[in-house]
Amino acid sequence: MGDYEDAKARWQDRYGSTDDERRNRSGIPLEPLYGPDDWDSSRTMADLGFPGEAPTTRGIHDSMHRGRPWSPRLVVGFGLPEDYNARMRALVESGITGLYVAPCNSHMRGFDADAVPRALLGTCGTVISTSEDLAICLEGLAIDTQSTSLGDTAPYTLSAMLFKVARDRSIPWTALAGTTNQSDYLSHAAALHMFFRVSLPGQRRLLLDHIEWMLREAPRWNALSVVGQHIQQAGATPAEAMGLTLSTAIQYAEDLIARGHEADAVLPRFSFFFDISISFFEEVAKFRAGRRIWNRVTRERFTARDPRAQRFRFHAQTSGVDLTRQQPLNNIARVAVQAMAGIFGGLQSLHTDSYDEALGTPTAPAAQIAVATQTILQHEAHLDDVIDPLGGSFYVERLTDEMEAEIEAVMARIEDAGGMYRAVESGLVQRMIGESARRAQERLERGEDKQVGVTVHRQADDPGERPPPQARPDPARLDAYLARLDAFKAARDQAAVQATLDALARACSRPDDNIHGRVVAATLADATHGEICATVRNELGTGEPLVVA
Amino acid sequence: MSGDGERGAARPPRVLITKIGLDGHDRGSRLVATFLRDAGMEVVYTGPWQEIATVVVMADQEDVDVIGVSSLASDHLIVPDLMAALAEAGLGHVAVVVGGVVPDGEEQLLRDAGVAEIFHPGSAREDIVRRIASLAAQARGAE
Repeated sequence: MGDYEDAKARWQDRYGSTDDERRNRSGIPLEPLYGPDDWDSSRTMADLGFPGEAPTTRGIHDSMHRGRPWSPRLVVGFGLPEDYNARMRALVESGITGLYVAPCNSHMRGFDADAVPRALLGTCGTVISTSEDLAICLEGLAIDTQSTSLGDTAPYTLSAMLFKVARDRSIPWTALAGTTNQSDYLSHAAALHMFFRVSLPGQRRLLLDHIEWMLREAPRWNALSVVGQHIQQAGATPAEAMGLTLSTAIQYAEDLIARGHEADAVLPRFSFFFDISISFFEEVAKFRAGRRIWNRVTRERFTARDPRAQRFRFHAQTSGVDLTRQQPLNNIARVAVQAMAGIFGGLQSLHTDSYDEALGTPTAPAAQIAVATQTILQHEAHLDDVIDPLGGSFYVERLTDEMEAEIEAVMARIEDAGGMYRAVESGLVQRMIGESARRAQERLERGEDKQVGVTVHRQADDPGERPPPQARPDPARLDAYLARLDAFKAARDQAAVQATLDALARACSRPDDNIHGRVVAATLADATHGEICATVRNELGTGEPLVVA
Repeated sequence: MSGDGERGAARPPRVLITKIGLDGHDRGSRLVATFLRDAGMEVVYTGPWQEIATVVVMADQEDVDVIGVSSLASDHLIVPDLMAALAEAGLGHVAVVVGGVVPDGEEQLLRDAGVAEIFHPGSAREDIVRRIASLAAQARGAE
């Protein structure tokens, strides 16, 4: 190493002393250059290994994207069910391989469309009150040969509706593949997002019942998606978001084990959902470190033996917070960089934001560009040719180690607080997120982070740069929708509906009953989303968001 | 006995930061509440999912000069209902500002309803603080 040390000393002399100390968003100091002395390559087998085996740093599958390309998936939700169907069919034509249903905020808050301010219907998500609505959303779309991701929150009526659609199409439930993509109630409570409606203990029971029931009835279904995306969008640093998410996964695993399940039976169905910021290398390292930690946790803490139980499968979404209203076409470049970070991080499926995300509900042409960004990265840039292409980079390996330490420090803090459930209940997590959001703002104001068109290279506002916004739902069509909802309710066997809702209510106070089974039964009898949510709220109590400001 | 003018001159601006409607994304509203507090204003922060009627009662009880409504997911579409409810409660002097994602075509809807300012994504802290301070001074003058 004599030559190396000499050359390094000469370079340091030429480079000179520097006062431009830089840190990434997670607070890790960044050197101007990394070399072999920054990463101990003798630990290659212990720290990296090979794809598809512990510690899975380089990927969870043997062939990764070369043999199993990531699936392009786009969150779609606006207007009425017919609008969703038309948009999704067009996106499938352009290369989307998985469906995603994002319901209207009325649904997210636990109400039918006829119980919220009319002006808000279908303005953020698709109006879905009944299984008939979901059937219209999915008309002509295959739910047996492609997976369906549902923006489904406790008490998980969307997945129950999907089961009814499957039954009506004579598709066995065991053939259904997909994800209850918003089942992680702790992340919602922590990030204070739109879904908080049932008390925290109630949500805990609902999730565990949902997972148990789905394991039994639909073994290909991912009933649990542990979400870091909300937390990072709300302000957590990349390391905090990963640490808090892994702590959440540990909480759910322990809750299931406490109910008598084997780790090897439940962990294979765990999946994750993350945010990808534009802090490129930090995100790559975040995913590689997170995968390594989860693999170790499953083996050492939960003594899982089945390799499928040790896999860190994840979907990721490019960060909307990094996008700007100013010169919105620049967002296409931002999304491409974010997407690359996620791909090099080894994701399994990817949502790319539309460039007009910061302007309002994405429009159809912008959504097409978002899909094309992914297909260009795969087919033209050949990002799927080589597995973990940044592995072995002195910088990336060093940063992966440092992010791992930072993530583990976050996990230790949560562990000390009694686990993630307690840490959310006490407001610790909410305070962490708020403090980091504030520090991120200060980084922008001090110029440590910059936004082109916002904090640097500002230009005069030109409304002509902004595409015409997505049209709001037509009032006449909303009237027709609400009339259809009335007709749906009137045409049911009311006694049967009431009987299933009564059974649902009773199940809530009987720990040995499974609430999700009752939700499915009520949905099969044509109970609406709002009726089911109201029953569950009555029995399990409503939650009050813990407001920390 | 001190008159309104004297009281108004003595106290810092009072601002209610809230979210009405269905959405809970609160990063922006929390940050803005912090900006205003750092600038010496008195801030009442409600958290998300407030009913319009509740906001009106709080604005009255807390005697605020300005109401800031954060909207990231189209909840600004019911801000005209809030304006009407404020007017009906005799709180027409309270200035209302909206921050967040408001598409170009819907700005006029808010202006026509009497919204004093719209802060789009990327608004600078100092611009927000300066404008709200000035609106608070006007509101107190009009009370």
